[in-house]
Amino acid sequence: MTELNTALIEYCLRIADNSLIHAQRIADWTGHGPILEEDIAMSNVSLDLIGQARGFYTYASQLEGNGKSEDFYAFHRGERDFRNRLMVEQPDLKDFGFTMMKLFLNGCFDYLFFRDLMKSNDETISGLAAKSIKEVTYHVRHAGDWVVRLGDGTEESHQRIQKSLNELWPFTNELFEQNEVDELLIQNGAAFNKKELKAEWEAMVNEIITKATLKIPSDSTYFYSGGINGVHSEHLGFLLAEMQYLPRMYPDAIW
Amino acid sequence: MDVKVKTDDLSAKETAFNDSIKDGKVIEPKDWMPEKYRKQLLRMMSQHAHSEVVGMLPEGNWITRAPSLARKAILIAKVQDEAGHGLYIYSAAETLGMDRSEMVDQLLSGKAKYSSIFNYPTLTWADIGAIGWLVDGAAIVNQTVLAKCSYGPYSRAMLRICREENFHNKQGYQILAFLMRGTKEQKEMAQDAMNRWWWPSLMMFGPSDKDSPNSADLLKWKVKLYTNDDLRQRFIDRTVEQAEAIGLKVPDDKLKWNEETRHYDFGEINWEEFFQVINGNGPCNKLRLKQRNDAHSNGQWVREAAKAYAEKRKAN
Repeated sequence: MTELNTALIEYCLRIADNSLIHAQRIADWTGHGPILEEDIAMSNVSLDLIGQARGFYTYASQLEGNGKSEDFYAFHRGERDFRNRLMVEQPDLKDFGFTMMKLFLNGCFDYLFFRDLMKSNDETISGLAAKSIKEVTYHVRHAGDWVVRLGDGTEESHQRIQKSLNELWPFTNELFEQNEVDELLIQNGAAFNKKELKAEWEAMVNEIITKATLKIPSDSTYFYSGGINGVHSEHLGFLLAEMQYLPRMYPDAIW
Repeated sequence: MDVKVKTDDLSAKETAFNDSIKDGKVIEPKDWMPEKYRKQLLRMMSQHAHSEVVGMLPEGNWITRAPSLARKAILIAKVQDEAGHGLYIYSAAETLGMDRSEMVDQLLSGKAKYSSIFNYPTLTWADIGAIGWLVDGAAIVNQTVLAKCSYGPYSRAMLRICREENFHNKQGYQILAFLMRGTKEQKEMAQDAMNRWWWPSLMMFGPSDKDSPNSADLLKWKVKLYTNDDLRQRFIDRTVEQAEAIGLKVPDDKLKWNEETRHYDFGEINWEEFFQVINGNGPCNKLRLKQRNDAHSNGQWVREAAKAYAEKRKAN
């Protein structure tokens, strides 16, 4: 396998892991949403993200060419193998504002990310990006609307959503993190420099945050990182234990 | 004198109403209807909507643990459908003059009932199959008939919902079919789910007709077209063969095809258990109400914020 192929596989797994772990968190809301209409909306978002994960896992499997299924990647890898950002694995604890802020901050990035990735010289990747960006556009709009509503709603909602922003902000630098995998793919025209998205992302986020009468925390100097190297927060292990238990318990079973 | 005229007038209206139902007329929200008809329908429809929403909980319980990505996506979509059914039936019920929020309050306070089946726990993945196949299967038998009921908004809601329930039914059956051609443990899991869900599914049709207090009126008004026992029999007849086709055993020693009646004979339902469960003493009654109440109170600040924001926009 060429170095480029290995890098592409790694890249697909990152995208798929982000989507899957985020989907798993949001899916946990099913039946517990603040209103029935939002329950339905969160199911939609979760389904979109699972769809994205399946697309990129399937492509990773084709690139590996050893017959691994999408389910292999989802259910038979451990904590250190997952490549998602730390932000998406953070537990929502049934705080709707936290979930919407997380979806918004990630969504803004994913929107820009997929927009660039649509220009990838790898046709499958550009195709998957083109499908994903339609979904992400809706996620950003939906979550952004809620950030504004909650920020500019009641005194309580303002304080709560500001707290969520403060808690999630230290995870945002990781959105732009990259390593030698990115460098190789950038050189080859398959991927793009994420660092160049930062100013645009900040502008997108600021617009909504200002409209929501919220403030970006100014005192945060510490930023979390590690997802692309498989170094996660303690929460991921529990998420995987729950998600993977059946296929792990019955490895020969087909469901 | 005036009072007498009004009474006569009312009964004339009621007679005309009963006649038009006999002639197969569909009643629409703006048509005159007897107060009892309106109340019974509102009770049935709100219970139905509550059942859709509470029913999301036992199945939602397995979304984070679904054993493959495809199964996870199907299950999310399925539970999402149930939320949609809830919304749809609440809207239809609102045409009878009660707000959704008031109906929801009745559910949360424990005043309104919902289908007793959702007070049983989903213990294994096979239970997700059993709910789709048996519980939604029983619902389809009920709803296919309700789609022909006399109240327009309810009957139209049922037509649409039945289409989706048929898909749910197939996915549930498929889950069990996969388990039944799988490993020894998978087969045991499937049979265990069958054993636990069969009898509660039969109870979904409600008490035997002699013990069903509202049946006579509902039949007269064509809100119900068949008795509880008729529908239960119909469900059993169509389900037994499906069970046999994938090798599941129906947990009833008395179950036997009766050549004479052209129906299956079956054993006695444990009505004591049924009444315990509908009176709040099933394995999950308290949990389900707590889950709904928690979701409602956790979401209070969100709903208040949305309202405050909308009012601010209106003011500006």
